[in-house]
Amino acid sequence: MRLLTHNMLSSNIKGVINGFPLLIQAERVVEKQVDFNPDFLKNMFSKIDWKALADASKTMGYDELPDEVPDPSVLDSQEFLQKFHHALLELHLEEGALVCPETGRRFPVNKGIPNMLLHEDEV
Amino acid sequence: MEGTATIEGDEGERRPWKQMDDRRRRHLSHESTSLFCSLALLLSIRFAAAKGFARQRQPTTENHVPSNFTNFPQKMASRIAQIRLVSSHPQVYEPCDDSFALVDALLADRKKLLDHRPTICMEVGSGSGYVITSLALILQEIKTAYYFATDINLHAVRVTHETLEAHGVHAELLTTNIAAGLEKRLAGLVDVMVVNPPYVPTPEEEVGGDGIAAAWAGGENGRSVIDKILPIADNLLSEKGWLYMLFLAANDPLQICLQMREKGYAAKIIVQRATEEESLHVIKFWRDSDIRMEGNEAVTIAKNRGWEFLLSQLSRLSFRR
Ligand SMILES: C[S@@+](CC[C@H](N)C(=O)[O-])C[C@H]1O[C@@H](n2cnc3c(N)ncnc32)[C@H](O)[C@@H]1O
Repeated sequence: MRLLTHNMLSSNIKGVINGFPLLIQAERVVEKQVDFNPDFLKNMFSKIDWKALADASKTMGYDELPDEVPDPSVLDSQEFLQKFHHALLELHLEEGALVCPETGRRFPVNKGIPNMLLHEDEV
Repeated sequence: MEGTATIEGDEGERRPWKQMDDRRRRHLSHESTSLFCSLALLLSIRFAAAKGFARQRQPTTENHVPSNFTNFPQKMASRIAQIRLVSSHPQVYEPCDDSFALVDALLADRKKLLDHRPTICMEVGSGSGYVITSLALILQEIKTAYYFATDINLHAVRVTHETLEAHGVHAELLTTNIAAGLEKRLAGLVDVMVVNPPYVPTPEEEVGGDGIAAAWAGGENGRSVIDKILPIADNLLSEKGWLYMLFLAANDPLQICLQMREKGYAAKIIVQRATEEESLHVIKFWRDSDIRMEGNEAVTIAKNRGWEFLLSQLSRLSFRR
């Protein structure tokens, strides 16, 4: 699971109001090289919740993103785009879990695939 | 009775035939059980022919290979998933006529899809991964596209992963019910969505679960899961979003189109394929601002745009059943 995906996921257990962002429990993180594409990054920038991405990348061991939402003018900086690219697409959570911020319910991640299936009493 | 014989055959073996026939048997038992035996042989021939066709088709004609791709291995250049590279598992639906019909629809729309320049694409119920892999290959020259695929069956998601990898493409995968977990943050962002849902009419109790039965069991009129997917698709699709979805005549696609029309979607049949055992349609939906207008004016415009034609096509198909 890439952090872009993490950025799009929330806990949807019945009754949960604020299920975003899911906390990451990282047991195994892998880095996979992905083609660098500035247009894609510029396109995604406005759709990303910055704080969730910055926090998640820290949990995954990458400390290079600013905590505060950067001004969109940073999108002209190649250096910024490279870091954004790395955090968003190249860090994969291979083993671990995503944890609902409200209930503490763990959604396991195995072989890079989060399991978001709910039990009957959670729907 | 080749098909029937294999059903009773070695359970340990990989059994694409069994899956096919199970599904068909269910399907047929709700329509014309007596025809099953005589049809089984015919069907298996058809299936073989369909698979052969899909296999043959790949290396042929006008392979649009972007020039910067020529130094990639051959598998990167093919336009749709290759059957021999599609992974499998006894609990996972193998590519069938319906999968081929859906991919054929995507191929038929290939140029439009490339011009559409989707950013986020998604498949619900990816099964073997044949469809999402094909979509990623068809759109491979669009470097800014990002893919999600979900399935309720844990094995299916793993198999999808293997199929994608074997073709050198990537999609982000989730084990989930339809798009649960994505509905909040991904709302309004999906530019292309593809779905081959469980569409076979079955007793309601058979719907869902996390095994192979979830691949086909569609409840009353095969509509149980379809009717859950449609509002979720409506929520996830972007303003310019397209939905390609496969239906059986028994699902009453005409009624589905009318229902989607009320939500402001235009519809078009991209592929229709009537075999002896099922009549399949792949229908494309997109938001149309004219349709959203109330009153006669909208109806007139819609008629001019071929809505009436679509209706007549669909009613003929429904009538045939
Ligand atoms: C007809 S199969 C299609 C598989 C594959 N897309 C293809 O075309 O070959 C339907 C798939 O949808 C999955 N499915 C059924 N119900 C689902 C649900 N509620 N959410 C997600 N996937 C579901 C099944 O597990 C199965 O893999």
